[in-house]
Amino acid sequence: MVDKSLELFDCGHRACGGCGPAIAARLILKGAGKDTIVVSSTGCMEVFSSPYPETAWKVPWIHSLFENAAAVASGVEASLKKQGRSEKVVIIGGDGATFDIGMLCISGAFERGHDFTYICYDNEAYMNTGIQRSGATPYAASTTTSPAGRCSTGNKRPKKDMPQILAAHGAPYVATASVSYPADFMQKVEKAVNTKGPCYIQVHAPCATGWGFEGNLTMKMGKLAVETGLCVLYEMVDGKVTRVKKVVRKPVEEYLSTQKRFRHLFKPARKDAEIAQIQAIADFNAEKYGIDIKLKKEPAK
Amino acid sequence: MALSVGCTARPGKSRSNRTGSWRVFRPVFKHDKCTKCGICALVCPEGCVEQSEDEFYEANYEFCKGCGLCSDECPAEDIEMEQEEK
Ligand SMILES: Cc1ncc(C[n+]2csc(CCOP(=O)(O)OP(=O)(O)O)c2C)c(N)n1
Ligand code: SF4
Ligand code: SF4
Ligand SMILES: [Mg+2]
Repeated sequence: MVDKSLELFDCGHRACGGCGPAIAARLILKGAGKDTIVVSSTGCMEVFSSPYPETAWKVPWIHSLFENAAAVASGVEASLKKQGRSEKVVIIGGDGATFDIGMLCISGAFERGHDFTYICYDNEAYMNTGIQRSGATPYAASTTTSPAGRCSTGNKRPKKDMPQILAAHGAPYVATASVSYPADFMQKVEKAVNTKGPCYIQVHAPCATGWGFEGNLTMKMGKLAVETGLCVLYEMVDGKVTRVKKVVRKPVEEYLSTQKRFRHLFKPARKDAEIAQIQAIADFNAEKYGIDIKLKKEPAK
Repeated sequence: MALSVGCTARPGKSRSNRTGSWRVFRPVFKHDKCTKCGICALVCPEGCVEQSEDEFYEANYEFCKGCGLCSDECPAEDIEMEQEEK
């Protein structure tokens, strides 16, 4: 059982007010428990939690480089195994670290079958270096390396399907989560650390600074991503989807129109083609994962 | 500043960095409509919402950055944001 009152990520860290990844850090440790060793990649969470010597971590924590957290964790896990110790090894990496630069180390570590849990906190860009696009940045989002303007409507490519890639490595447990559904997220972390072998959780973590919204709206933003079908919450056991969160879907506009990174889709003129393309992504997700709750009768107008 | 071997640091040493000075708005926990559900404590990115002996919740103003998430998420609407006076 997850102990909600367990606080292993302390006050005094330097994240922006309302930071989604900071909420993720707290929830991860509540789910994983005190016998955990954390390996972090370079990125916002590492930077805001560890300016020497002011660490926010109350469990053993190690950081080496941007790209090699999975390799460092492989060594930690192999050593624990040799010593006959039972601590859980949890890797926490940003989306840039996970989807892009860390791919090689991650693929190798999953192939070797280490007993660890890899958690990617997905704020959908390289935030710590000033909002550059990553393989996790959604279609049409404006970032500093995919700026919207006269010749561009923002990021050209859709988000990479990282959970499926790791499921294809034979991971025994793969799950997606969101900081906006804390109980669900903590349970998934608990399940992953208690599953033998390399497990993967991708947690959607809205970033007020990078997406352009007020910090008091972080939880609402994450909920909207789920309620529009742009972020699907599911669990996969041995490669098969076993549980999916169903929703009464809202139009994607409700999510897009509240963030500065999508403002160019509405101003100066509405870009119907791009909005329709994003709606098509949500419709595809809904169909693929069967997330729609079918209402018995049409709601009254 | 001296570095220790392996760059180790005492757990939770971040508490010596008082982030409360960042605050522009202050969450005031009214304890009026509060049902003690604890959602404020769960969602606070700082982990600075504490439960007192009477089981009501309070923000620790030494660390609260005033982001307003607790106030937005409180289902009972018991937490009000007030302009900080300095
Ligand atoms: C090899 C290498 N390249 C570039 C950097 C600079 N760098 C530090 S953090 C970062 C972005 C991290 O992005 P992400 O993993 O998404 O985490 P976030 O900051 O968004 O939380 C970059 C590019 C680095 N530290 N090392
Ligand atoms: S830039 Fe985003 S992810 Fe980084 S600390 Fe600020 S809110 Fe958190
Ligand atoms: S305003 Fe933000 S930092 Fe302060 S107690 Fe509420 S959630 Fe925590
Ligand atoms: Mg990122």
